[in-house]
Amino acid sequence: MRNIWIILKKELDSYFVSPVAYLLLTMFGLIFGFFFWNSVSYFVIMGLESQMRGGGGPMSVNEYVIRPLLSNVSVVGLFFIPMMTMRLFAEEKRTGTIELLATSPIRDIEVIIGKWLAAVTLYACMLLFTAINFAFLFRYGNPDWKPLVVGYLGLLLQAGGLLALGTLISTMTKNQIIAGAATFGVCLMLWVLEWVSGYETAAWAKVLAYLSVITHFESFAKGVIDSKDLVFYVSMIFLGLFLTARSMESLRWRS
Amino acid sequence: MISVQGLSKRYARTVAVDNISFEVQKGQIVGFLGPNGAGKTTTMRILTCFLPPTTGSAQVAGFDVLEAPMEVKKRIGYLPETPPVYPEMEVGEYVSFVGKLKGLSGANLRKRVDEVCERCAVADVQKKLIGKLSKGYRQRVGLAQAIIHNPDVLILDEPTAGLDPKQINETRDLIKSLAGDHTIILSTHILPEVEQTCEQVIIISKGKLVATDSVHNLQNRARGAESVVVEVAGRDGTEIEEGAVRRKLEQVAGVSRVLVHQSSTERATFEVESLKDKFIRGDLARAVVEAGWNLNELRPASMSLEEIFLQLTGSDPAKGPAPLPPAEENVPEVNQ
Repeated sequence: MRNIWIILKKELDSYFVSPVAYLLLTMFGLIFGFFFWNSVSYFVIMGLESQMRGGGGPMSVNEYVIRPLLSNVSVVGLFFIPMMTMRLFAEEKRTGTIELLATSPIRDIEVIIGKWLAAVTLYACMLLFTAINFAFLFRYGNPDWKPLVVGYLGLLLQAGGLLALGTLISTMTKNQIIAGAATFGVCLMLWVLEWVSGYETAAWAKVLAYLSVITHFESFAKGVIDSKDLVFYVSMIFLGLFLTARSMESLRWRS
Repeated sequence: MISVQGLSKRYARTVAVDNISFEVQKGQIVGFLGPNGAGKTTTMRILTCFLPPTTGSAQVAGFDVLEAPMEVKKRIGYLPETPPVYPEMEVGEYVSFVGKLKGLSGANLRKRVDEVCERCAVADVQKKLIGKLSKGYRQRVGLAQAIIHNPDVLILDEPTAGLDPKQINETRDLIKSLAGDHTIILSTHILPEVEQTCEQVIIISKGKLVATDSVHNLQNRARGAESVVVEVAGRDGTEIEEGAVRRKLEQVAGVSRVLVHQSSTERATFEVESLKDKFIRGDLARAVVEAGWNLNELRPASMSLEEIFLQLTGSDPAKGPAPLPPAEENVPEVNQ
């Protein structure tokens, strides 16, 4: 436990002493702000129109603002994740500091979990940063907070799985660009896999769609914790971290 | 303290280390010597549990590197060829980070950080970013990192590579000062370094163990008999004849061979080899003086490790572009 904390703290320090963390926070904040502004504007106009037509009951903020917003953010996250994981091991391998970690009395898995947790923490900071927008929503509207929390949990879980994959890819190369590009490719692929379900209903298409990270986010965006989706994300995290440990081990036998 | 038996490491196509065995006693400084690519780094990486051996076994401080790597790692300090430093960290912060990794904490950690920074002469840059330091400083930070947890065994891979002569001397002194408390293995391809710092030498070449012995014994072993350099001059500037002097020297009891190094009409230098176990210096001096010449110089020509090394690793000194150290360091000793 202590070792994980040492590594986690070191990684967070290196995110926050370099411009990396601030850049990611700013960009994420800006993009999220834009989405938020869009959703709210759309909601306001729709609300006015429905009032003028005199029809319908009150519109749900959760359904018309928060849900589409969270879905959009889950996609934006795919673009940010490679930037957070590409450095983790590739840089240590390039500069040789991996030798320090590998010859210290600390287990590989502790290093891996520490680094992954640091990336998850940074992502959580980015999500927290976006809470400012929702403060306005709560000030002027009356949304239900529970689906929002579930949505955020979903975002964090989804990012956790993808960050684990990114960490895995980072152990496979010395080159940050390669690690970043490969992670980006994998993230994108896991997103678009879902598209096949649009025109194909055969079993293989269902399997492909099931593998897509986006499919599993839908229930979270609605504010529902579906155990099937929860299990998907959690097993993705475990698989990613497990493979990372195997990859680290194989480095020793191969190098 | 360190015991290696039949250690081999094979990569896909190459054999990096081929069946080497050696022992290192507690408190010794051992020079690990070999040309580039001889397998020094691989052996060190096996000892530090970074790489597993293909066959054979190695024990450090009584623990096997394969069976109890955690115990081994607690007891070694390792400085790889490039110091494993994070450029975005401050020196003090980095040393403290490594200390925590090695299991130190609290007041003890702070005390050790100050101590090792002082000892490795990096205390004045504790607040500086490592990325802004010169190579010499980084090397010393690397050394500070290696000794932070006061390990039983220190493994240093080319600790003086890339330093300027002043820094090299400082680093050597530092390493010597660490002996006693620590058992040290240091690898190098610079021979005078071994002569100056180490008590014991392990020479490997192309993955094979070539020799393991004390520096002193190796020098004796390579040349069993004594070898003396004699410079003779004519008295009061008179001319001498090289051939006559040579014949005179050859007549001295116990001399096996006389080689002319250089000669002019005023003076001549010879290298005289004795038979095994004969002490000839006194007789040589007397012979020269009695013949009416001046004896300008008389000194033992002990073989430098350089020559031993080339002899053992089978390279030809005339052809082989051996990694030569700075010229002044090449002279093994001064007149005695």
